[in-house]
Amino acid sequence: MSILILAEHDHKSIKPVTLNVVTAARKIDADVHVLVAGTDCAAAAEAASKIHGVTKVLKCDAPELSHRLAENVAPIIVDLADSYSHILAPASTFGKNVMPRVAALLDTQQISDISAIHDADTFDRPFYAGNAIATVKSSDAKKIITVRGTAFDPVDADGGNATIEDVASKGDAGLSSFVKQELSESDRPELTAAKIVVSGGRGVGSGENFDLIEKLADKLGAAVGASRAAVDAGYVPNDYQVGQTGKVVAPELYIAVGISGAIQHLAGMKDSKYIVAINKDEEAPIFGVADYGLVGDLFDIVPELTEKL
Amino acid sequence: MKVLVPVKRAVDYNVKIRVKSDNSGVELNNVKMSMNPFDEIAIEEATKLKEAGTVTEIIAVTIGPDKAQETLRTAMAIGADRGILVETDAPTDIGGVEPLAVAKTLKAIVEKESPDFVIMGKQSIDDDSNQTGQMLSALLGWSQGTFASEVTLNDGKATVTREIDGGLETIEIKLPAIITTDLRLNEPRYAKLPDIMKAKKKPLDVMKPEDLGVDYSPRLSVVKVAEPPVRQGGGKVADVDELIEKLKNEAKVI
Repeated sequence: MSILILAEHDHKSIKPVTLNVVTAARKIDADVHVLVAGTDCAAAAEAASKIHGVTKVLKCDAPELSHRLAENVAPIIVDLADSYSHILAPASTFGKNVMPRVAALLDTQQISDISAIHDADTFDRPFYAGNAIATVKSSDAKKIITVRGTAFDPVDADGGNATIEDVASKGDAGLSSFVKQELSESDRPELTAAKIVVSGGRGVGSGENFDLIEKLADKLGAAVGASRAAVDAGYVPNDYQVGQTGKVVAPELYIAVGISGAIQHLAGMKDSKYIVAINKDEEAPIFGVADYGLVGDLFDIVPELTEKL
Repeated sequence: MKVLVPVKRAVDYNVKIRVKSDNSGVELNNVKMSMNPFDEIAIEEATKLKEAGTVTEIIAVTIGPDKAQETLRTAMAIGADRGILVETDAPTDIGGVEPLAVAKTLKAIVEKESPDFVIMGKQSIDDDSNQTGQMLSALLGWSQGTFASEVTLNDGKATVTREIDGGLETIEIKLPAIITTDLRLNEPRYAKLPDIMKAKKKPLDVMKPEDLGVDYSPRLSVVKVAEPPVRQGGGKVADVDELIEKLKNEAKVI
C-alpha cells in the first residue's frame, strides 16, 4: 500500500523538513503521496508535486485550515487513512500536535521521532533524551509515525511531476480558534535545516551580547541557536532552543559558544558532523563531544573569528 | 472548576541512564525516580489557578507500581486535593503501558470524575513520546492546547499561548479541554514541610486497569535497546587561526 506524508508548509511553500520525511517514506514504499492541508495553498501543493519521488499530492484547501489546528486537520487524515499502510509527518511542533490525535482516532499506537527504518514494521527511536535508542516493532495494522528530520537526508525539491488531486476538508470542528502568533523574523536559514549553526549559552551573558553570536552566524550564513539556559535567562526567544525539549539539529558544522554542554543540550546537537566548542572553562562537558575545542574568552575569540573568516 | 492532573513517576532528570547489558531496556533498579518535570509544571499551574480561586478541586492521577503513590503524595504536597493510582507492574517507559493505553485509562477517569479540564506534561522524559495529551483529547472529542507557555481561563474558554517552531502561537480553546505544558509555563515551587505532612493525610484511591476496562498489552514490541554511538570528541585547537585552518582544510565545512 501507499505511504501518506503530512506536509509541513506555510501555504505558499513546502518547508524543507518535508523533504527528509520523503526519504524516510521511500525506504518503506515507492508510492509516496503528500497531503497539503491549508488555506489558499495551491502554491504549496504545486511545490509538493515537484518533489523528487512524490507520486501524488492531495490538496485540501479550506478556510478552517489557515492555522492548521489539530482538531481540524486530524479528521482529514483519518478520512484518508484507509488507502495507506503508513502515515508519516515530521516531528515538528505541527506534526507532534496533529499525529497523536490521528493515531488515537485510528486506535493505533504512534511511533514518535523515528531515526531509522529496518523494515515496514520495525523502527529505531531515541528515548531518554537520546541516551538510549529503542528498536521497536509495531503490531498495528497501520503505522502512524513522526520522523526526526535530521536522521534522514533530504530528497531533491524538484525533478518530480506528481498529479495534484483535491480532497475535501471535514469542516471546522468548532473546538478551537486562532488568536495570534509572534514569529521570530529573520533572514537566516531555518535552525533545523541549516548547514551551519552557531549557538550561544549562558556564558554569552546577555541578550545584547548575543549580537556577537549573530554577527558570526551572518558571516557564515548560519542559523542561530541557544542553550536552554540562554533561553530561560531571556537572552533569546524560545524557538532558538537546541536540546532535548527544544529543536534537534544535525548540521555540517555546529559552533557552541559559552555553552557548558548539559546533557539536555547535547541531546539536541551531538549528531552534528563537526562540533566546535568555545568556552573559558576547559573542564566543560561540551569539549568531550567537540572536534575542535578552543579554550578562552568568547568575548575575544568570537570577534576575532568573525573578523578573520 | 475541577481539574485533573495526570502525573508520572520517571527516572530523575539528573540521572545518567544506563542501558541494561542484555539490551532489553534501561536499568531502573536503584535509580532515583521523581515526578516527570513537565508534570510538576502542570500541578504547579493547577495549584496557582486554585490559589487564584478559578479552580476548586485538583485531582492527581498516575499509572504505575505501588511506589508511584510517592509521586501522588508529591503532587498533593504541591497542591492536589486527592490522588488516584491505577496500579500496574508493567513497565511505563517502554514495552509496557504505552501512550494510547494511558490515554484510554485517563479517558475512563475523566468519565468518572467529570473535570472541566485536564492539564498534563507535554511529554515524559523517559519515553519522550509526546502523545498522551493529544490522544486523550481525540478520544474525548475535546479541544487541545499543547506545549503551553501561558494559560488564561475565562468564561468556558482557555486562551493558550503555545511554543511552536518559529515562535509563539496563541489559540482559544473551548472547555472542556486538554492542556499540555511546556517548560516556560511556570517554575514549580518546592513543597514545604507542613504541606508534605498534610499531603500524607489526603485521600488516595487505588484501582486496577481492569477496573477501568483498559488493556495494557503493548502494540510496540521492543526488539532491542542500545546505547547511541559514542562521539569521539576532545580535540583541541590552540587559537583562532588554527581553528579556521582546520575547518577549511580538514573538515572542509567553510
